[in-house]
Formats: sequence, C-alpha cells, structure tokens
Amino acid sequence: MQTVAQTTVRYLPLLLIALAWEAAARLHLVDTSALPPLSKVAVAWVDLLRDGELVDNGAASLYRGAAGLLLAVILGGSLGLCMARWRMLDIFVNPLVELFYPLPKSALIPVTVLWLGFGDGSKILLIFLGCMIPVTIGAYNGARGADHALVWSARSMGANRLRMMWDVVVPSALPELLNGIRTALALAFILLVSSELIVAQKGLGYLIGYLGSTGSYEGMYAVVLTVAFLGFTADRLYQLLTHWLLRWRV
Amino acid sequence: MARVEGDASLASAQADISRDAARRLDVVFRGGAGILSILLLLITWELFARSGKVTPFMLPAFSAVVERIYNDALAGELWRNLGLTMYRALTGFVIAAVGGITLGAMMSGNRFVRWFFDPIISVGFPMPKIAFLPIIILWLGLYDVSKISIVVFDAIFPVVTATLTGLAAVDKELIWSARNMGASQREVMWQIKLPAALPQILTGLQVALPIALIVEIIGEMVMGGYGLGGAMMTASRFADSRGVFAGIVEIAFVGYGLIKAMAMVRRRLLVWHQEAAERS
Repeated sequence: MQTVAQTTVRYLPLLLIALAWEAAARLHLVDTSALPPLSKVAVAWVDLLRDGELVDNGAASLYRGAAGLLLAVILGGSLGLCMARWRMLDIFVNPLVELFYPLPKSALIPVTVLWLGFGDGSKILLIFLGCMIPVTIGAYNGARGADHALVWSARSMGANRLRMMWDVVVPSALPELLNGIRTALALAFILLVSSELIVAQKGLGYLIGYLGSTGSYEGMYAVVLTVAFLGFTADRLYQLLTHWLLRWRV
Repeated sequence: MARVEGDASLASAQADISRDAARRLDVVFRGGAGILSILLLLITWELFARSGKVTPFMLPAFSAVVERIYNDALAGELWRNLGLTMYRALTGFVIAAVGGITLGAMMSGNRFVRWFFDPIISVGFPMPKIAFLPIIILWLGLYDVSKISIVVFDAIFPVVTATLTGLAAVDKELIWSARNMGASQREVMWQIKLPAALPQILTGLQVALPIALIVEIIGEMVMGGYGLGGAMMTASRFADSRGVFAGIVEIAFVGYGLIKAMAMVRRRLLVWHQEAAERS
C-alpha cells in the first residue's frame, strides 16, 4: 500500500496539470480551439481508435521505425565492433564517422525523399542513416574498452576471430552498445515523426498533420499525446530490456 | 644511489619521449588517413555522379554542389539562411541552457519544486517532443517564436537532468566546510555547487546543442520560410537537387563548427579540472 501511495504522490503533479488543462478549457480561460478540454481529446482518441485510423497509421509508423532501427543496430553495431578490432578499418572509417556524427540528421529528410519518394523506403533509409552513427560509436567505444587480457586468453585457448568476437568482445562492449542504441531509439522517434509530418501519405506524424490541417484539433491532440506516450513507453521497455541483458554484471 | 636514480629517471624520461613520439606519429598518421579518406569519399562521389549510372537529379556531382554553394554565397542567400538558422538555434539553445540550469538548481534546492517537476522531467525527457510541433504552431504561428520555442522545449530536458545529477554528486564535505566558514546559501550555490557540477552540466549542454540544431532544421522544414532547412525544403519542392545537396553540406558545416566550438568552451571552462590534465 505504501508504494501505491508513494507513486500517487510522485505522479500527482501530472494529474494536477491534466486537471488544470481541463479546467482552463472548460472555464474558457483559453481559446478552446487552441486547447480543447482533455476529456474531449480522450473522446476523439476513442473515435480514432474505433474507425481504425490510429491502428493503420500506427502500424505504418511502427514498421518504418522498427525496420530502420533494426538495420541501424545490425549494420552500425557490426561496423563499430569491426572498427575496434581492425586497425586499418579504424584509421580509414573513423574520420568518416567523425565527419557525419555532427550532421544534424534531420537534414537528410529531403535527400531520402529525393531518392526513394514519399513511401516507406525513404523513412526506413532516413532512420537507418540517422541512427547508425550512435550505435557504431557505442559499439566502437565498448569494444575498445574490452579487457585485452580476456581477448588474449581467448585467442590462446584457440578461439577463432569470430568466436572471440561473439564470446568476449560483444559482451564487454554491451553496456556502451546498449547506451548507443538508446540514443538511436530516441532519434528514430524524432526522425520518424518529423519526416511523416513533412512528407508522407500515412503514419502517425502524417495523421497529426492531416488532423491539424483539417481543423480537428481534438484529434490532433489525441495523436500527439499517443506519439508522446509511445516514445516514453518504448524508452521504459528498452530500459527493462537493458537491465535484463546486463543482469550478469555485478 | 644517486646514479641509479639518475638512470631510472632518464629511463622514464626516455619512455615518456618515445610514448609521446608514438602518440604524435599516430595523430599525424590518423590525421593524414582522415584527410585521405574524406578526399576519397568526395572523389568517389564526383566520379560516381559523372559516371552516368545515376541521373544528376538523384546525385549531382560534388563540384556542381560546391559551385551552387559558391553562387549562393555570392548572392548573399547563403548568409541570410545561415544567419537565421544559427540565430534561432542558438537563441533556443541559450534559453534552454539558462532555463535548464536554473530549474535544475531550484529542483535540487527546494523540495516542493522538485516534487512538482520531477515526474514532468522524467516522463518528458524520453518523449519525442517534436510531435508537439503542430500544437506549438497552432498557438504561436509560423514565425521565429514557434521555431525557437520548439528548440527550447526539446533542448531543455538534458540540461535539467544533467544539472540535477551534477548537483546531487557534489562532495558533501565541500558544502559543509563552506557552510562552516559562514558561506550563505547563495554563496554555496554559486561558489561551490555550480562549479563542482560544471563538468556534468557542460555534458548536458553538449547533448542539448545537437538536439537544438536537429529540431531547428525540422522546424524550418515544417514551417518553411528562410533558413537552411527552409531553403532545402524549397529546393526539394522545385526538384532542385543541387539545392538539396548544397543544404546538406552547409548544415553539416554548421553542425561540425558548433560541436567543435562547444568542445572548446568546455576545455576553456574546465582548465582547472583534472579532466583537462588527463587529456594532455
């Protein structure tokens, strides 16, 4: 019971804000077209869920985000691990990583549209390109920190390069790699929503823009809050996963 | 005895020198390879674009993009867009920095403020705040205020979090001894806590700066108008692919410059910190 009370007290401010929002809109302290009452937003949310708009567009966004992020994790992670183990690769590729790292990734939106059009392909490519570098850097830093004694003893016990990579280097790189992926996850959401907001024919970002342009602001608020909630939930689930993957550490 | 000591110190000095030389060589080698690999990338781009395997629409030659940037610079267009983007991104960043540090300090000092803002920060930080952009447009319109507001809204979270963790980690004995010597609350904050938390606060700012730039570019792309992002979007609408690629190169330069400048500020501000000694 104690913990329930504690949680309530902890999250009370959020509830207060929700109440203040509802009150401000109901008492017409603000323009209700600019800030519809929260209860009406909830009704609009249920409507969107019923007629399938939320699910269809959500599925489109989820597919794009997951595909792009998965590509970034697999290819970016492998690149980082290889760079940490092979000096020649490191010397030539690291400058390129450093060159592209500070590029604000949103600048790639028009280019991916130029290459692949308005559909899924351009969003997947954008998320892949944008999320790859943090994963690569995480894997690289983690693998470089791998204990040399462990690597040497694995080699001397006859592990081949691939085996050693998987059994020794990957686990020791894991904490930093997972950190890099967390950054990539947040970035994936930003790139996904903004690219759908700018050019798309479906997806949650598109739905936000569409509802906004047709003046159904209650619906727009509902989708905005949904996206915010999804981003928050994804991060919390990822943290649980990280915890579970690193449970062998003391 | 003195002889042996002399030898030992000589040996260590030599070891230092050789290590230093190796490091220098590595830096030179890496620098050389770095320039080489970037050159290689640009040459590949140029040759691939001219090879006829892709249309100039899909990938204009690097030389054509450079020419475009040069012409934009001569026409003054580049400076106007660059200036506006920098002005909005940096204004948003500075507001987020000052506001974030202030809020973090207030949260660490006052239990009520902490209670109120803690769930907002911890729930808001992982949210994709860019989704709120249409709402901000609805409230504030399509002009600079909106573009700066979304930057502040996005960039403030890492600053608050970093300030909080930084202040929480300040050595208690430092604070106690300052109090003992009669320092007031305000003096403890300005002279002990904030300087001690500075490395972490700066790390927060280094996280916030790229976010500010990413969000500023998105804001310009959504809202249109002048600015590097807006110009890219206009170019994209008119199927002007040289303009799009010129935009990427320009934005890359801005990003690179700002991140390097921020690292320099960090080195300047933390000369007294052991981190600076470790690096050299």
